[in-house]
Amino acid sequence: MSTKDTGHPRLELKGITKAYPGVLANDNINLKILPGEIHALLGENGAGKSTLVKAIYGVLKADSGQIFWNGSPTKIASPHAARNLGIGMIFQHFSLFEAMTVTENIALGMPGRQNMSALAKRITEVSENYGLPLHPDRQVHTLSVGEKQRIEIVRCLLQDPKLLIMDEPTSVLTPQEADKMFETLRRLSDEGVSILYISHKLDEIKALCHKATILRGGRYISECDPTKETAKSLAEMMIGTDLTTPRHQDDSKRGPVRLKVHNLSTDSTDQFGVDLNLINFDVRSGEILGIAGVAGNGQVELLEALSGEALSNAPEHVLLEGHPIGNLGPVDRRKIGVAFVPEDRLGHGSVPEMSLIDNAFLSAYNTKQLLGGGLINHSKTKKFAEEIVAKFDVRTAGVSHAASSLSGGNLQKFIVGREMMQDPKLIIIAHPTWGVDAGAAASIHQAIIDLAEKGAAVLVVSQDLDELFAISNRIAVIAEGRLSVSRDIHEITIEQIGLLMGGTTGIASEKEAQSVA
Amino acid sequence: MNGFEWVVPVILTVITAATPLTFAAIGELITEKSGVLNLGVEGMMLAGAVAAFVTATVTGNYIFAVAAGAFAGMFMAFLFGILTLSLMANQVATGLALTLFGIGISALIGQDFVGVPVASLAKLNIAGLSDLPIIGPILFGQDALVYLSFVLVFATSWFLYKTKGGLILRAVGDSHDAAHSIGYSVLGIRYLAVLFGGAMSGIGGAYLSLAYTPMWAENMTAGRGWIALALIVFATWKPGLVLVGAYMFGGITILQLHAQAAGLELPSQVLSMLPYVATIVVLVFISKDESRIRKHAPACLGKIFHPAA
Amino acid sequence: MLLKIVKRPEPARAMVYVTPILALALTVLTGMSLFTFLGVDPVEALQNFFILPINDQYGLTELFVKATPLILCAIGLSVGFRANVWNIGAEGQLTIGAIFGGGLFVYFHDVDSILLLPAMVLMGAVGGALWAAIPAYLKTRFNANEILTSLMLVYVATLLLSLLVHGPFRDPDGYNFPESRIFSDSATMPILLEGTRLHFGTIIAFLAVITTWIMLAKTLVGFQIKVIGAAPKAGAYAGFSQKKIVWFSLLFGGAMAGLAGVSEVAGPVGQLLPSISPGYGFTAIIVAFLGRLHPVGIIFAGLLMALTYLGGETAQINLGMPVAVTGVFQGMVLFYLLACDVLVNYRFQLNFFGKATS
Repeated sequence: MSTKDTGHPRLELKGITKAYPGVLANDNINLKILPGEIHALLGENGAGKSTLVKAIYGVLKADSGQIFWNGSPTKIASPHAARNLGIGMIFQHFSLFEAMTVTENIALGMPGRQNMSALAKRITEVSENYGLPLHPDRQVHTLSVGEKQRIEIVRCLLQDPKLLIMDEPTSVLTPQEADKMFETLRRLSDEGVSILYISHKLDEIKALCHKATILRGGRYISECDPTKETAKSLAEMMIGTDLTTPRHQDDSKRGPVRLKVHNLSTDSTDQFGVDLNLINFDVRSGEILGIAGVAGNGQVELLEALSGEALSNAPEHVLLEGHPIGNLGPVDRRKIGVAFVPEDRLGHGSVPEMSLIDNAFLSAYNTKQLLGGGLINHSKTKKFAEEIVAKFDVRTAGVSHAASSLSGGNLQKFIVGREMMQDPKLIIIAHPTWGVDAGAAASIHQAIIDLAEKGAAVLVVSQDLDELFAISNRIAVIAEGRLSVSRDIHEITIEQIGLLMGGTTGIASEKEAQSVA
Repeated sequence: MNGFEWVVPVILTVITAATPLTFAAIGELITEKSGVLNLGVEGMMLAGAVAAFVTATVTGNYIFAVAAGAFAGMFMAFLFGILTLSLMANQVATGLALTLFGIGISALIGQDFVGVPVASLAKLNIAGLSDLPIIGPILFGQDALVYLSFVLVFATSWFLYKTKGGLILRAVGDSHDAAHSIGYSVLGIRYLAVLFGGAMSGIGGAYLSLAYTPMWAENMTAGRGWIALALIVFATWKPGLVLVGAYMFGGITILQLHAQAAGLELPSQVLSMLPYVATIVVLVFISKDESRIRKHAPACLGKIFHPAA
Repeated sequence: MLLKIVKRPEPARAMVYVTPILALALTVLTGMSLFTFLGVDPVEALQNFFILPINDQYGLTELFVKATPLILCAIGLSVGFRANVWNIGAEGQLTIGAIFGGGLFVYFHDVDSILLLPAMVLMGAVGGALWAAIPAYLKTRFNANEILTSLMLVYVATLLLSLLVHGPFRDPDGYNFPESRIFSDSATMPILLEGTRLHFGTIIAFLAVITTWIMLAKTLVGFQIKVIGAAPKAGAYAGFSQKKIVWFSLLFGGAMAGLAGVSEVAGPVGQLLPSISPGYGFTAIIVAFLGRLHPVGIIFAGLLMALTYLGGETAQINLGMPVAVTGVFQGMVLFYLLACDVLVNYRFQLNFFGKATS
């Protein structure tokens, strides 16, 4: 890491403040990044990282504070202006155009006109040069998530960046892909490019970054050298309280098999979908099975087959306590004790503009007998909604308020609570704590563990390996529509999971008694 | 019955019937490519028709008249834009409102002009070749707007697929959030697309009242705006196919007149039903392949853009 | 930015009631400018438009006569719109309902039975539902957009009516005019008030409103409609069938429009003619929105839109104003309503000197 050129920091922020109605997203933030430095911006969900970074990239304007670029005060009025300075940004949610080619996507991120065939050549050169190979003529929707991220990176690299901002880049990568990306980043750092690396993954930051600035609740907490801190100390700075890991009984009594999925294969109707191929697994009562995998490998299709949103004309592939249920819809499955928490809480797990009362009715009207004589029993439903709110500590102004008025964490607690309070025999939960603050995440994890202890069979599908390792008894990996053999959580390492996520080995078939090492 | 005497008049009438559809559909295609669904094409065409007719009657200048038609369509589109882009109203409801309002206001403005005769839009004589047998009048003797419609189709295709501006427009229709993140003005681009669509619909309407049947009557578009909307789906949002579709529909519309002349024994109402039934059939045929629609339709079509950073 | 639009955390309930009134006020204001431009005294015009038509008992009953088909169609449409099913073809379903109901009379014109009228009403509903079944089938089976299909069928229905009254339905003693026999007493809606045109169709309309209100607020199918309209994925999650709701909404909307059609021809119109509706099916769209897709709101909105029809006629007779003004008013109301609707989900924020006030 060299402080060449001017001796000034590449980027410096002083006193950046940005308020939204009801929340102070950034409160007097300072940040300093030297040339060639890999600088982490650390904080949990809602700490203000995205807001700060948007101010740097010109997407929004801070209310007060100053930005210095190579020592001189600057105003960054738009992403265009940011790019002109030499700032490149790789968003967490890619800004890509699915129906267009790689070349077209990159051209859109560059100013002025482009000679498309010359650009295509440059893309091939640069992408291969940096170990991120791309085919310029492919349509983006045909690419994997990891490949899509490469487009974002190459788009920045082609514009000769001096500062690269990366927002949670490894959330969509396997551990091996992440390692490869770190190599690219280290190379860029050696070439003098500064990198602002936003993440909440402490191990990565310790492995990769030279410095870390920590935000909490919109405020600047400290700047430190992550190589000299422990994961625990970093976490405490990030969250601010003593960490409590969820109370977990490892060798709980596991009962008989509740859910058995047997040679399940599906043909996806969606042209962008993934076909499932001979999925085999089972979940016992009292047990939590975690299914890990990067998004886009068949999770959506598997969840639909389990929830009943996708029906099968060969019902015996999904068995609940031995009975085939593959041709039962969601209503019938709930009647026999299956509950389901979907990935998207707004629009899938709940209707955003409807009240919590109506949303309680949505999945529970049969199991909680909220219909009487063909008419909706409003007072009984209201009572049920209030019970959920009380038992699961949902912070809300009242059950008559719309679901959209709740924060992410509170709405998630409500939905999880609604499903759990139907006393399910089997509950399937997708991405339980995605975008949820640490407090709510911890209580959701505890609720899942408690439910399993009471005898329910629990299936958790998630991208977050830390989460799965914290709560699961067994774990399997889904990749390209195939599922690995499930292993006890103590008998497998993150590295092995990473390999499975990359789709290399370990496919579970009915005959395979041996698990793959 | 002389061999091919009927060919030329039929082709000429097909061209006249297809041209308003071409203008309206191409205009709406650009609008839809940017992600905006403007169902008010019928209303914008009527606005253009009445504005052009009134201007032609009052000033006698057909260039002013066509321009007036374009401006009337643009004004209506501007109202639509304010509601759906700036005030984030539901696009389907607003499009319907635009149609109903257009029917009403055009009836109001045009009511003193019902039955007033006006000369038809002048036919040109390109390179003096319009006297050639058969191909003369068809290729070289059309009015200016017919030639303009063809230029428009090619220009639109070139713009969309060969220029950066067209690339940006398509990007906005594909993912307005991504376009916004990169720094493009989604609303600005959509306003331009909507206004262009309005101008084209206005010209399409102007052609109806100035060339197709040179006269004004209430509600004279008789559903052509809606047919134009169906045409775009049929053409899977490709300009060249829009032209093909417009001529097919032009042909079906004209069929009714010529079938009667040819002695076909069907009641006139049944023949008049043909364009509408054909629209339904075509729509069904195209729509049943869901993945094909999904592949070509702009992914953000009809979705409201919330510029919350 | 000086004036910003900021999203509210949840829809503002109060605004839902305020915006229709605000839209009406804006329409009236614009209308007054329009009247001045047309060379008419604005106050006198407003009087003619809104007050004179209902100044006496007969006027009031005419209001309900005109409102009946509007309310019936709008009630049917509102159920569909809530489910995000855009039935634009109510005018066509109304026409087919008239054809079915009126057609029954044409074939049984010399039957003098108390069952004739109820049978006609039933046939009207069936006819409208059948005509709406076409877009329902095309949408669920072929994914064809119901806006375009239902609308195309309006043109087809109107042409069909023309064909029938010029042909098989024509009154043999009618001097070759394209109209059917005048409906006999047993095929005519009973008059509710002596000396007026107020007829039983209005009762049917109110019954429809009550039934719909109960259905939407209290039954499972009503809940399904609301969920599927607001968040289709949540509807699938809950196990609700989108296809069933599409069928239900369209059949219901068609039946209501069909009832409107047969009520008109068996009521004030009294026979089948080439034109039996001044666009009720389209105005009903405005009524549905103005009434906030709510049964009670639709009653008020229906009465108001009916008033614009009467007002247009009155203003034409007394002030020589063109009848087309009615259409302009109606379109304007919807425009303003959609514009004011932004206040339900968003609020305006003025930024003075960096501080925000709203």
